[in-house]
Amino acid sequence: MSTIDRGRRQLIGFGAAAVAGIAIAPGVRLFEIAAAKAPGDPVSGKVRWGMLVDVNRCASDCSECVRACNRENRLSGATRETDSQWIRKIDIKDASSGRTCSLPMMCQHCAKPPCVDVCPTGASFKRADGIVLVDRHICIGCRYCMLACPYKARSFVHEALRDQSPEVPRGKGTVESCTLCVHRVDRGRQPACVEACAASGHEAIVFGNLNDPQSEIARRIASYPTTQVRADLRLDPGVRYQNL
Amino acid sequence: MKIAYREINSASPRYWAAAGALALLALLGLAAAYVMEEHGHVITGMTNQIVWGVPHVFAVFLIVAASGALNVASIASVFGKAMFKPLAPLSGLLALALLAGGLSVLVLDLGRPERLIVQMTHYNLKSIFAWNVFLYIGFVAVVAVYLWTMMERRMNAYSRRAGTVAFVWRLVLTTGTGSIFGFLVAREPYDSALLAPLFIALSFSYGLAIYLLVLLVTYRATARPLGSVVLARLARLQAIFIAAALYFVVVFHLTNLYLAQRQDVERFFLWDGVYSALFWLGQVLLGSVVPLAVLFHPRLGKSPKAIAVAAGLVVLGGIAQMYVTIIGGQAYPLDLFPGMVATSTFYDGVVHGYVPSLPEIALGVGGVAIAGVIVVVATTLLRFVPERLDDSLIAGLDERVGPPARATT
Repeated sequence: MSTIDRGRRQLIGFGAAAVAGIAIAPGVRLFEIAAAKAPGDPVSGKVRWGMLVDVNRCASDCSECVRACNRENRLSGATRETDSQWIRKIDIKDASSGRTCSLPMMCQHCAKPPCVDVCPTGASFKRADGIVLVDRHICIGCRYCMLACPYKARSFVHEALRDQSPEVPRGKGTVESCTLCVHRVDRGRQPACVEACAASGHEAIVFGNLNDPQSEIARRIASYPTTQVRADLRLDPGVRYQNL
Repeated sequence: MKIAYREINSASPRYWAAAGALALLALLGLAAAYVMEEHGHVITGMTNQIVWGVPHVFAVFLIVAASGALNVASIASVFGKAMFKPLAPLSGLLALALLAGGLSVLVLDLGRPERLIVQMTHYNLKSIFAWNVFLYIGFVAVVAVYLWTMMERRMNAYSRRAGTVAFVWRLVLTTGTGSIFGFLVAREPYDSALLAPLFIALSFSYGLAIYLLVLLVTYRATARPLGSVVLARLARLQAIFIAAALYFVVVFHLTNLYLAQRQDVERFFLWDGVYSALFWLGQVLLGSVVPLAVLFHPRLGKSPKAIAVAAGLVVLGGIAQMYVTIIGGQAYPLDLFPGMVATSTFYDGVVHGYVPSLPEIALGVGGVAIAGVIVVVATTLLRFVPERLDDSLIAGLDERVGPPARATT
């Protein structure tokens, strides 16, 4: 490829990026990045992180979100009954009408999380910004939270781990689940599954601040009917589903 | 008439064989726990779907039976039945031993058992599990004091009050144990306030069954006289407790059967699930109906051997009940999308399989053995068991007498 050609390509690339930036900037991204906390700042209760999954956009044969989660958090990706799965794709079929759909299921980051209620040591906790986490230092591995979670969102580490990510500490004998990629969110980035879903072209997952009426997630929840899984339990999950 | 308590004589090969077997089983349990912690729970049958397995079946059974074992003492102290007074110290000892056995299993099965100190220093006061930790510790303290008031003559005057506190405490304790499951609102097989009184009724039955077994074995092995009057009273009580537990089981399932949303889960437990046979044959037939028939039988109901068989069946039925409740309750899939059929790589929508592994079983049995070792050691070193419980001694006990006096030897 000649030098001129490369220059032309770069120019086209920059142009496309600029157009995309102009298109996206007024929407969520700039605001959400601004809502991320500065390093060292305490987590703020003014923010409530959440996700909206558009089930119509989620393809049954796509599991990019699962793969991205496994990559980001260094999960093995194996699906034996003892393997950790922080996010999974569930295919559902209406028993009477036969309608089918597919959706990602993970920790729903409830406002009133049963896992936090039942944890004897307080290892399960909810951050001020709504992210539900497990403190791996005080989890004794009793697994009561796994029994209490209505979404089967938690996994127990059944064997020794290798090749962990320094940003995502895990440990044999403790319970773990989706952290909403808290290490990325705190830096103003999106969770890995959201990025991967967008990269795959489906753009089924929107991540953002539920408390900010201007955010895309809040605007969409305000405009369209959305569903909370097991809404009957009144846990106020941070993950919502559209077109379910 | 004075009741003479005497240590168990350890000078017999049979004693050492029994004590040795219990110690060996306890050690095997500890070894199993070590192997489980070393390799992780991957070597057990437990999974991310069945998170509590056979260790919990044994642990919860022992903890429930522990509070029930105290009933014999409560009947003596709280309800003032003199006939039960000679039986009271052993009742308190069994309660402590069974709790220790159950808690050992529970702790050794933790993912991080070495973090027990964390549990002792970090409490989430909204957790029913954390409340249970307080209830267990308090139970040990209350029963220890109660035993002291029974066994130390100067303290005898306080035994009724201590017994009352212990009785109330044990009711609260078993309410807590039942509520560990009752509070699981998202799981259809649990999520019921009825589990607390059900567990209390079960504890009465399991605790007395274990008490009867220990009493019969001890008196036979040590050739101490055990009259038919005491045995008949205990046997009748056992029958009442079995019936009471069965009543709560019937009400629990009947309520669920009435609710459309619970009919699938009831079909799973009562009809076509893998746990239906264990429920009907184990918990109901062998664990309740057969012992009831034996205990109410005019001839068998008086035979020590038949009573021992009935008590043994109650214990086996209890293990079956805990297996159905704990494992079966988890095996039934969570219903995230009512009315929909769900499938996933994480085993959504399917009945979860479970095959207990050897280390799990060894750990559970080890808990029983730990309780056994405690009873053997304590009854050998201290005077827990009356020298005789023959009918003439029982007849001499005035219903109005105070706490039992110890023989001076």
